[in-house]
Order: sequence, then structure tokens, then C-alpha cells
Amino acid sequence: MLKTFRIGGIHPKEKKISAGKAIQPIVIPDQVIIPLSQHIGAPCQPVVKKGDNVKVGTLIGKSVGFVSANIHSPVSGTVLKIDKSLDASGYKRDSVFIKVEGDEWEASVDRSPDLKRACDLAPGEILNKIATAGIVGMGGATFPSHVKLTPPPGTKAEILIINGVECEPWLTSDHQLMMEKSDEILVGTTIVMKALNVQKAVIGIENNKQDAIRLFTQKVKEYDGITVQPLKVQYPQGGEKQLIDALTGRQIPSGALPISVGAVVQNVGTIFAIYEAVQKNKPLIERVVTVTGKEVKQPCNILSRVGIPLNKLIDVAGGLPETTGKVVSGGPMMGKALASIDIPVSKGTSGILIIPTLEAKRKTMKDCIRCARCISVCPMGLNPTLLMNLTEYEVWDRAEKEHIIDCIECGSCSYTCPADRPLLDYIRLGKGKVNGIIRARKN
Amino acid sequence: MSVLLTAVATLGAIGAGSAAILYMVGQKFKVEEDPRIQEVQDSLPAANCGGCGFPGCASFASACVKAESMEDLFCPVGGQDTMDKVAALLGRKAPVAAKKIAVVRCNGTCDSRPRLNLYDGASNCTIASALYGGDTGCSFGCLGLGDCVDSCTFDAIHINPVTLLPEVVEDKCTACGACVKACPKDIIELRKQGPKSRRIYVSCVNKDKGGVAKKACDVACIGCSKCQQACPFEAITIENNLAFIIDDKCRLCRKCVPVCPTKSILELNFPPRKETPPTPKEEEATVIV
Amino acid sequence: MEQKLIVSPSPHVHSGDTIEKNMYNVLIALIPAFLVSLYVFRLDALIITACAVLFCVGFEYLIVRYILKKTPTVTDGSAIITGVLLAFNVPSDLPLWILALGSLFAIGVVKLSFGGLGNNIFNPAIAGRIFMLISFPAQMTTWPVIADAAGTTDAVSSATVLGNLKLAPESLPSLQAMFLGTEAGSLGEMSALALLLGLLYLLWKKTITWHIPISIMATVALFTGILYIFDPITLYHPLIHLFSGGLMLGAIFMATDYVTSPMTRKGMLIYGVGIGFVTVAIRLWGAYPEGVSFAILLMNALTPLINNYTSPKRFGEVVKHG
Repeated sequence: MLKTFRIGGIHPKEKKISAGKAIQPIVIPDQVIIPLSQHIGAPCQPVVKKGDNVKVGTLIGKSVGFVSANIHSPVSGTVLKIDKSLDASGYKRDSVFIKVEGDEWEASVDRSPDLKRACDLAPGEILNKIATAGIVGMGGATFPSHVKLTPPPGTKAEILIINGVECEPWLTSDHQLMMEKSDEILVGTTIVMKALNVQKAVIGIENNKQDAIRLFTQKVKEYDGITVQPLKVQYPQGGEKQLIDALTGRQIPSGALPISVGAVVQNVGTIFAIYEAVQKNKPLIERVVTVTGKEVKQPCNILSRVGIPLNKLIDVAGGLPETTGKVVSGGPMMGKALASIDIPVSKGTSGILIIPTLEAKRKTMKDCIRCARCISVCPMGLNPTLLMNLTEYEVWDRAEKEHIIDCIECGSCSYTCPADRPLLDYIRLGKGKVNGIIRARKN
Repeated sequence: MSVLLTAVATLGAIGAGSAAILYMVGQKFKVEEDPRIQEVQDSLPAANCGGCGFPGCASFASACVKAESMEDLFCPVGGQDTMDKVAALLGRKAPVAAKKIAVVRCNGTCDSRPRLNLYDGASNCTIASALYGGDTGCSFGCLGLGDCVDSCTFDAIHINPVTLLPEVVEDKCTACGACVKACPKDIIELRKQGPKSRRIYVSCVNKDKGGVAKKACDVACIGCSKCQQACPFEAITIENNLAFIIDDKCRLCRKCVPVCPTKSILELNFPPRKETPPTPKEEEATVIV
Repeated sequence: MEQKLIVSPSPHVHSGDTIEKNMYNVLIALIPAFLVSLYVFRLDALIITACAVLFCVGFEYLIVRYILKKTPTVTDGSAIITGVLLAFNVPSDLPLWILALGSLFAIGVVKLSFGGLGNNIFNPAIAGRIFMLISFPAQMTTWPVIADAAGTTDAVSSATVLGNLKLAPESLPSLQAMFLGTEAGSLGEMSALALLLGLLYLLWKKTITWHIPISIMATVALFTGILYIFDPITLYHPLIHLFSGGLMLGAIFMATDYVTSPMTRKGMLIYGVGIGFVTVAIRLWGAYPEGVSFAILLMNALTPLINNYTSPKRFGEVVKHG
């Protein structure tokens, strides 16, 4: 019996057509744009100015505040300007424009392809390296990793959970990374275990990635305390709360952090980045991006530097199809629809999904027929249709009582609604409002 | 007959008993209330719109009675007349406040502000603005999905189907401020209605640099400061590449209107100009929205 | 850029499920029961069903188009279901004008005056049936006798199983006849077997969950079963209650109507148990021989209340340290 989470969940068509496509490099264009806000939290303070020369790995944005992450130059060249540029948020944000000249790396980065297993750093030093390298959660949430790996005082991590679920349909970047960099991921896991001082780690992989399950089951034998757990294919299993429930049977109470049940979750992509940062001194400047879609000529997985415009990646996949209606950064369930394909790849770009016009348009919404599908699929056990109504009529106190802020915005409700109601649109709005009210009350 | 009598007597007894109980309960739980609160409430418009900052007319009335002076208390719906009445009831004097009206500070019609993408989410400005900058190159301008229309209890603001921008109906607007709060882009502002409803304002909130703003929208304020130089009363400020006309200082001389290179300053309800303005090209600047 | 991109909040895919698909699934599930009624009542069944559907769809179209002045929504299939269920709830020899009145009441008053599909408080078919039952009790409670399984129906009226329970408990039919559907009764309530087939289909298609039908049946069986143990007369035999009258039809097709039933699992169970109790109470101690419709109508009225006081089981509500 395969494990899975206990409440709600859906199973959209997987459509992983880019699975098994080897990770391929991409030519660096003449100019890259690096947004100074690629993570949750405060944007970086630029530490370069117009005309400065930078190498690959040079710090260009310094983190300010507790929740923030450094940003390094992914290319070598000259800083053209620091100006506002459209990013995936849909708004213009401060970005560093760099003119690319050659490909010269900082001397401190170890560029050899050899696997380096031994790590004799103390936990504090490891965390320091992770923070310096600007590592963020690469599953899409982009939460700074060093913050996540520092449990608040009074709490103790018991288990490290490695998220190899990739429950979003279409995306295969994590899957392919697991297939090609399994040793690095496992060494990275031991490093994070050491940093957290935990003896146990579980790698959760969904059952539609049989090859990865086999590979890891084989390889974990060499590592103490790491196990592999195959999981039933179910969305949103990659959600932190759902994954912990699936793997440990513990449910995080409303409003609490994963550490309250002794778990810390890290995505496989993040673990690989941590390996590179700690063992190779390489900051987070590149990531694997899946470019896929129904009409895409050559769906592929690309190792792209941060800052390369998405249209260059789409060109590698055979160009933007004629029928394109929507371009999504990320997966179809939680990704962001983009207003322009000129925006750059950032640390959180897990994929580019191109949806044809015919499938991109939403249908007209009808009246709710109270079929309760949304309730039965909600992985947080909420009542989406009630929450939408409460938001529409601005009944914030009741919405708070109905735990609107527990919503993880997975989109299962909107996905399943037979009346095509934009449930999540409204719940997201209500969640924001209620969060604001709660914050105002605290102050 | 006796049956009838019994029935009447029984019912009568029950009725009398209930009345007695009700009376006693009413006496016991009686709430002492200042009778003036009811009087004040009666003279309010009973729109319960919340424009005064209180949850409804009743709580505004009790606030009026409790307050020391009438400063900071104003019913935008009833206006000066109502406040004078309320003040008279309470034996005070109401401060004189100028009548205000809502103005929409975006003039980016379909022609002047081309659409670059199609929004396909729920028809709600707040949801759209949380998602992205909007379907045009201007991430400050009106989204046209009508949160202001939904918020208005007086049917005083409507989306023009041609321009896709909201328009305020002057006779109906009570300056309650509901649309100002509803607009996620902070486009709507309450401004002095002005004598004969004449007013001048910068109909743009774009804070981008001039070139970027102009590229996104033909009638965007580019922060060129020509209007600032033209203004004899120092009523115009420029901040973040955006001009703003301060209500209290503006004397409605209209000198700023023709000098604006993008025609982003609007004048309302003025008679047509007689003399030729300094730059003849700008003659059609008298835009009535 | 050549083409304008579409921008919307996530999710960007949809399950493809629609109101229509769900409604047509219910119609497919009703086919076995319809076939049985065709076999038993021949042409009468066809005429009554076809007319009821025609009336319901027609009234919906006309009212929405000419009185409400909106785009008609008859294609969503809900009016067809109302029609079929209405037909299944009447005797096969009901005058058509009564059926038309019942349809008008169901669609016009119960459904559309509340705002159409999704906004009605009561199940239109149930309310329509009760309207006819109260207005025309004579026509609604006499059923043509079925001569034999293969024979034709004649004009002699007969009482139903439940009617006999009240009047003459000694003339009860065999359980087998009730299960397969050769006893007198309304169109759709003939065969429990056919209705159960429909239930299996609906559960397989995930159109409905088991909570409502099973909780109704279990409550009826348990309640009458307990009475049977203490007072073992035929009148209380649980199987007779399960297979007779409109219980199966009501439990599977009418109580499970999305719009008028609770939305949470807990609520569905409360609702089902409530219907079960009220049904048995009316059957045994009430003036009417049959209580399913009244029970459903009553619980329909309580649905908003149940929705308000039951919430789904939230994630993290019970913290298990395993």
C-alpha cells in the first residue's frame, strides 16, 4: 500500500512529456537581467553600480533583513544599469542589467565535475555557507533555505524530508535532476542532516517516477539513516504539510510550522544547490527549467543561468507555437501566468508551460450547485465554496473562523469545480485580507 | 355559551399574564439612552454607507452626541446642511467643510493605452492587481473591472463601455469614499467639488519615468514639470515623476492645462476658452470627461 | 508581440467536469428503473415520462426566456431530471393535466422563483410530487393493478404495499416481487434492484458519495429492525420497508440532489439519518402510507442549518504523533 496524505487531493493528468530528456545547456545571450527580488522576503540591496565588472559568482545583491537571500552574478561582464524591469510577479521591480563578456568565474568556485563526499564543517559553518550562497527553496516557494534550516529556539528537528514528489503535472525538472545527480543529492542530504543534527532522512518520490525510486533505493544503501518512500500519485503531495502527513503521519496544526512536528522539508533541487554551495563554493546562479506544453516541438529540461530571458529557453524548445494562449512560469496548478515572455529566469522558475489558446481560456462561471466537490478535494479540509462567498460579501470574521488562512492555494477546488467557479481567486483575496486584519490586530 | 366564556377568559388571562411579564422584563432590562441620539439619527440621511467612518448612521449619531466638538465629524452624504442641523440639535456649531466629490485619476482609454495581454481571471480589480500589473503597459492605471462600481451604494459610478474607465455621476456622488477604499490602485481621490463644479486635476497616477509612462499610455503624466512652472500659485507638486494639484492652493486659473504635453491635466465644467492659448496646438485640451 | 497572452490566476487547468456531465450521469443511472417501468406499464410509462420531461423543460424554457428574460439554461439537464423523477413518482394512469400542473409548480415555483439551479431550497421533483399528492389525493394514490408479470394493466385500482400495511397487513406480496418490481406502485419505484443498479453507477462515476443513500437505508433498516425484534409482526419487517414505496428512489435519486442536500460528510450523514427516521415515523404512525417525500422535504428545509453547523474535518485538527 503506497503512502499518501489523508485529506482531499486530486489526480490531474500527469502529462510528463519531457520526462527522460537529458538536462541540456543553453547559450548565454548578450545581456541578462537579474531581478533583485527572487525570494520571499525583503529585496536585495545592490552592491554593484553601472560600469562595474563582474565575474560568474560575484555578489551583486546583498540580503537585508532576516528573511532574504544573497544574489550573485550568473555571468561575467559589465553592469549596464540598475533599473526597473518586469519580473514574474507581473510588476516592475529593481533589477541588475549585465552585458555579457566571456565566461570568467570567481576563483573560489570549484568547477570540477568530481563528486566530493567528505564534509568536515560544523553545522554553523554549513548554514553560513548556505546563507552566503543565497540558496532558496527551489520548488517554487523561494523561501531562503538558511532560515528554514535554523529551527526557532526551543524546537528540535527530528527528521529531514526530501521532496522528490514533483506533483505538478507537466514538470520534470526535479525528476531529471534526481536521475542525473543522485550522488550529489544524497551527499547534500547528509550535509543538511549534519547541519540540522538529525539522524533520519526520508526521500519521498511519487510512484510515477519508477526509475528514480529504483535508483535511489539502490544508492541509499551507502548512506546511513536515509530511506526512500514511494508515494501514491496525488496532488498536492509536494505541499509541505501534505508531504509530512504522507511520510510521517503527523499533521501540522493550523498556523504552526513544520518544525512543530519535528520535520524539516527540502526540495531535491534545493538539496543539490546546497551540495554545490557547501562542497564546491558555488552560489545559486543556475537551475534546471522544464520547457513543455502540448504544442511545444521539443519539450526539454534546460540547465539555465538565472537572468536569461524565458524566450531564449522557449527557442531551445522549438520556439513559441503559433497557437500559444498562455505562458505559465511553473506548473499548471500553481504556476504564474505571464504577461510577457521577455522576463528572466529566476531562482524559483521550475518550468515554462505553454498552453494553447483553446485550453487557456476559462469557461464562464455558473451558479454553485453545492455538489461539494471542492470540499472533498480540499487537502486542508476547508470549505472553499463557503470561503468564496464569505470573501465576496466581505464577512472577514466568519472567514477567519473558517480558517481561510490555512489555504495553501493549491487550486484543487477551482480545478474540480463543475460550475467553473473561480474559487481560489476569491479565497486568495480573502486570505490576504484576513491576514492583514490579523496583523493589524497584533500591532 | 359557557364554552365560549371559558375560552375568552383563558385567552384573556394568558394575554394579561404575558403582558405583565413583558412589562416587568422591559422595566428590568431598560437601557438608559440619551434621547438626543434618536433625534440626531432622525436628521441623518439613513444611508448607512459608512462614509463618515462609523459603522452606520446610529453609531455616527451617538458619536456626535458624545463628542466634545463637531470637528472631525462629517456626514458626506447629508453634507453641510445635515451637519448644521445636527449641530443645532446639540447646541453647537458645525465647522464649514467644502463639498467634495470623487474623481477618477486615470484617463487611459482603450485608444490611448493599448492592451498588451488579456486578463481572464475573476472580474475583480483586487484579484487582478494581486496577480500582476494589469493588461496594459501601465501598472498604475485603472483595471476597469469595477470594484468601485460594486462598492457604490448610490449608483454614482459606472464603467463607460467604450473607454472601459469608471465615470462619476456628479449629481449622485456623495463623496462617501467607498470607491476610494475599494480601488486597489488608489486611483480615485476625493477632491473639492469647486465653484459650479469646476475643478482641475492631474488624471494620472503613473509613477514610472517619463519615457516608460509615455510608451505605455499616450495621456500619462511624464513628470516634465511644465505645469509646475506655469502655475502662479505653487499649487502643483511633482513627486516620483508624477504631478499633483493641491486642492487648497489651486485657484482654477487653468494655466497648467494647455502646457501639459500629454494632456493629462483635465478641467471639468469650465466654459470654452475665448482667447487663444499660448500654444495653439493644445486648443482641444478642454476635455470633458 | 504578435499575439496577446492570456493572464489569469492559477490553476491553469481544469478537470473538465461540468454540471451537464453530472446531470447526464444521473439520467443514465435512471435508465434501469425506466426500463422496468416500461416493461410493467408499457406505453403508459413512456407517455407519462415523456410528457413530464416535456412539461418541465418547456416550462423552464418559457419562464426563463419570457418572464425572467435571460438565456435559457435547459441544456444543463437539471430540468430533464426533474421531469423524469416527477414521472417516476406518479401512478401510470395519472391524468396528464395534473402532471402538467405538478411540473409547473416544480419548475416555476420551487426552482425558478428561488433563482434557478443552485439556489432552490427544496428539491423540485419532491415538492412537485407533494403538491400533486395534496391537491389530487385520489388520483395520486390509486394504482392500476398488474395482472401478471407479462400481462397488460387494466383499469382496476389497487393499493400499494404500504397502503396494505396500514389497511390489511395479511395481503402482503412476496419480497421477491417487491425486489424485482412486479408490485403495484408509481412508475419508478417498481424495482429496488433497478434502482440499486443506478446507485452503483453513480458511485462508480463518483457523481455522488455513499453517505446519503446508505445512511438513509441503514437508518430505516435499523429503526424498523429494532421495532421488529420487540414486536415481531410483519408490519415492521425491515426488508419490506427497504424495498417498498419510494424509499430506494428517494434515497438514491432525490435525497442526493446536490443543491438541496448538505455539503459536508458529517452533514450528509445527519441528513440521511434524519430522512430515515422521519420516513419510518410517517409510515408507521402517520396518516399517509408513504413518508419518503415528506421526510426529504423536511430535511431539505434543515439543510442550510446542517451546513452551517457542520464543517469538514480540517487538516491538523487532530494532531497524531506517530
